[in-house]
Amino acid sequence: MTEATLINPLDTLVDQFPSGWVKKDERPGYSGFIVEREHLLEFARTMRDDFGFDYLSMVTASDYLAEGKFDVVYYAYKTIGGPALIFKVQVPREDAVVPSLVALYPGADFQEREVWDLMGIRFEGHPDLRRILMWEGFEGHPLRKDWKEPFYEEDVKPYKSRWPEGKPVNADDRNPFNDNVQYPTGFDPERWVPEAETLLYSGLQRTTHNEEFKTDELIVNMGPQHPSTHGVFRMVVSLQGEKIVDLKPVMGYLHRNHEKIAERNTFLQNMPFTDRLDYTTSMSNNFAYALAVEKLMGLQVPERADYIRVLMAELTRIMNHFFATGFLLNDLGVYFTASLYAIEERELILDIFEEISGSRMMCNYFRFGGVVRDVSDEVLKKIHNLVYDRIPRKLDQFDAYLTNNEILRTRCEGVGVLTADQAIALSTAGPILRASGVPYDVRRADPYSIYDRLEFDVITGNHGDIYDRYLVRVAEIKESIKIVKQLLRDIPSGPILAGKPAYQVRVPAGESYGRVEGPKGEMGFYIVSNGKPNPERYHVRAPTFINLTSLAPMSRGEKVADVVVILGAIDIVLGEVDR
Amino acid sequence: MKNFGKRFGVMSSLGVTMGHFFNTYIVDLVKGKKRYRTTEGIEARRQSDTEGIFTIQYPEEQLPLPEEFRVLPFLVYDEGENGEKNLRCTACGICSKVCPPQCIWIYRATDPATGKPSPHPAEFHIDIDICMNCGFCAEYCPFDAIKMDHDFELSGYTRGESHVFGLDTLMKPVSYYESIRPANAAREAAARAEKAKPKA
Amino acid sequence: MSPEGLSKPEYQVPQEMQNQVALTTLDRLYNWSRKNSVWPMMFGLACCAIEMIAAAASRYDLARFGMEVMRPSPRQSDVMLVSGTVTKKMIPQIVRLYNQMPEPKYVIAMGACASSGGPFKEGYNVVAGVDKFIPVDVYIPGCPPTPQALLHGLMTLQKKIESQSLKEVSWYQKGPGEPIPVPVLGPDLIDMRKAALIREKSQPVTEPEEAAVAVEEAAQNGELPAKEG
Ligand code: SF4
Ligand code: SF4
Ligand code: SF4
Repeated sequence: MTEATLINPLDTLVDQFPSGWVKKDERPGYSGFIVEREHLLEFARTMRDDFGFDYLSMVTASDYLAEGKFDVVYYAYKTIGGPALIFKVQVPREDAVVPSLVALYPGADFQEREVWDLMGIRFEGHPDLRRILMWEGFEGHPLRKDWKEPFYEEDVKPYKSRWPEGKPVNADDRNPFNDNVQYPTGFDPERWVPEAETLLYSGLQRTTHNEEFKTDELIVNMGPQHPSTHGVFRMVVSLQGEKIVDLKPVMGYLHRNHEKIAERNTFLQNMPFTDRLDYTTSMSNNFAYALAVEKLMGLQVPERADYIRVLMAELTRIMNHFFATGFLLNDLGVYFTASLYAIEERELILDIFEEISGSRMMCNYFRFGGVVRDVSDEVLKKIHNLVYDRIPRKLDQFDAYLTNNEILRTRCEGVGVLTADQAIALSTAGPILRASGVPYDVRRADPYSIYDRLEFDVITGNHGDIYDRYLVRVAEIKESIKIVKQLLRDIPSGPILAGKPAYQVRVPAGESYGRVEGPKGEMGFYIVSNGKPNPERYHVRAPTFINLTSLAPMSRGEKVADVVVILGAIDIVLGEVDR
Repeated sequence: MKNFGKRFGVMSSLGVTMGHFFNTYIVDLVKGKKRYRTTEGIEARRQSDTEGIFTIQYPEEQLPLPEEFRVLPFLVYDEGENGEKNLRCTACGICSKVCPPQCIWIYRATDPATGKPSPHPAEFHIDIDICMNCGFCAEYCPFDAIKMDHDFELSGYTRGESHVFGLDTLMKPVSYYESIRPANAAREAAARAEKAKPKA
Repeated sequence: MSPEGLSKPEYQVPQEMQNQVALTTLDRLYNWSRKNSVWPMMFGLACCAIEMIAAAASRYDLARFGMEVMRPSPRQSDVMLVSGTVTKKMIPQIVRLYNQMPEPKYVIAMGACASSGGPFKEGYNVVAGVDKFIPVDVYIPGCPPTPQALLHGLMTLQKKIESQSLKEVSWYQKGPGEPIPVPVLGPDLIDMRKAALIREKSQPVTEPEEAAVAVEEAAQNGELPAKEG
């Protein structure tokens, strides 16, 4: 670390580089820097090594069809806290190639593959540039603005066919194949030879041959339908005996085209869709999205609404961590007991969510400028009972049940280790990053809402193994309880929504990025508005998707049975991984 | 006890499960038969201090649904004096515009005399296989005409036509609405009365 | 014994013997035992799967219906709960799993997504309803259906099982049932049953000889060369 890491270089950044390399992004509503494509690597290396921007949080791209170019957008942070370094590379649409940053920031791996898959921007020098969410052989790059899906109706919602002369039409009936499909002209299904995933398998092939035991390497597919994978996730592992030599995650089995749909939706219409990203923590997703849009709109949230928001976000964290730790035991092969205990607590919190928002999981509770409904004193009383009595009591029970359990300890200690440097380089977030000893928590590093007024500790682990991740989660439940107690003590009365409820919001042109510390890590929304009712670009920084980058490094050298636990400790939710 | 837990972790784990096991019987013995299949019993079992058996034995028992609970939307009609059904909906189209997956289709009626659009829906369809139960339609309808239902027992053997709800399935009387959401209905009625006052 | 129980209501069993003796028909016995041990396949797709887990957990407790035995293997399960969004990338696996289930087998489409694509219907990677490929017995609307709604759906399935007759059920008829052709991932999802239509609509290219070979390959390989581990 040099002295320069401690100062904020962003104001004088342009002068640090030869002229023409970097310029300020001066489009109205935009911020950050535009870097020349040729000098991107040089720039990123300087920023990482000399200025301490060691954490590349997000990579995405947006398609400016009218201007004929793509923007590749990078958000980097310092793990010691502070504002973001936003830099962009602009490339013409017909020559969409950008140097890959994987060598500098290994955490960019999956994100660059995603950009390639959905936008069709090639990353030169990427070690394994395959499609990630769709399959190899799929026609087109869906997030390009000129790509249209088979059920395409209009560019943006609301569709005109719904009112005033709306007759229900099944979308299937409009399609020539009576199905959600489209094919290039001249396509003949009987001549099609399916992609055999040769690239995937050849990437795992090694020529090693164990002389001593005369064993060869074995390639095993786990998933997408496998009891261990927490949903439809697939891992291809190559094994030497029981030991994992290499592992490649395969995802996209739940890719629901969230971003494409969201770019057709109006801003408000996206709110319920965000519930379905990480469907166990819908309140946090709502929170991040609301923050992103409010930043663009310049809205101030009333005090009480802020309290309610944080209250809900912290309850979500408690619920999620209970769930995650409960299922950790499940992954160890202990059948259901621990998760059943955990789900009991979850149900009680869900009861509260159901009461205030109307739905157990898909809360759809946040609005721009506040929340939709006030929380009654009765509900506050219920929350009070939970955090003062029930949850601490059950947490102690959980502690007695799990923390010193020899089976848990032997299976988890020293397994799936991630060092602090690795964790930062791989852009992991949330409990994984903190368990590796990096005290990075968005609530502290870049406080939003009212977190700067609240007292809580950022929990870190020492060893970066699964056991530490477990301990961090349990300790974070305790911190969340602490926060909820403060909120209950201080919650003011007053309005819960800035302005009147409106179904059409005016969002000025520009870009914004809203992020919260979700239970699983940094949950962020990158939004570009062009002043119309619909977002021009909408991207989700999904914490578990990026955390999965660390799965292969963590699993190499471990036993195949442990990979299930390692995956479980990442705590993935496929709705968010695949979006 | 503390050291015991540290030294014999598995034992202490088993102790926790054992505790749970015996607790179910103890609680049942103490609380008696009232604990099951009574409204108070169900209510007691979902409080934060509940111990023992946590199961709600649907279908014999049912969790009480909170007022805000939402499944599918329905259209509210006022019952006229002679039993006619006056839909509150004015076919303004806001709900169909705000609906995120765009599953509401409204055909506005035209006045046969003038040929001008009249404020009634001639047809109103909701595809319940697309609806995401978000509640936006009910939230933004300016006439309190569309509301979220509590009825979740909807499973059936077919979809197709039967899952595109038309007016006949969607229409429900205001008395039903008042029965499932009394507080909301009262608040809205008061607001409407307030609005009507200055004009009168 | 309750009217839905084993005893046929037409036969009068003396009061004192009611818990020991049941008079019934073979059909009824058969269905009664089947309906009370419907084992679901442990198979979750999306958000709805979380509600399915909740339904299996202590508050709603599927065990009361004899359904707590979640089987990770399709060969040991009776009902496939399609709980969530079915994507094009996943449907080949779902069809394959369905083909591997032994008769009698049932499918429940849980939630709007499984029934028709739900809120994500317009997405390019979403199958507009799992019933495009496999026959569905019970649809449960909702997004997500609450655990209680899921239980209601399971009870609906039980009713369906009850109404079946040994004489008519397909799995005791002559001849093996046809497996459903596994769809192939091409430039878009290819439903092999619609191959002719697809070719016709996207302008045909001739040379049928080669085509036949390609089809066989496609059918054998699916798009997964290795077996699932
Ligand atoms: S918003 Fe209300 S009044 Fe307007 S069309 Fe919809 S239901 Fe009718
Ligand atoms: S509840 Fe939401 S999805 Fe359903 S009809 Fe209303 S606005 Fe549309
Ligand atoms: S129906 Fe709704 S809750 Fe269920 S999988 Fe689809 S989006 Fe998720």
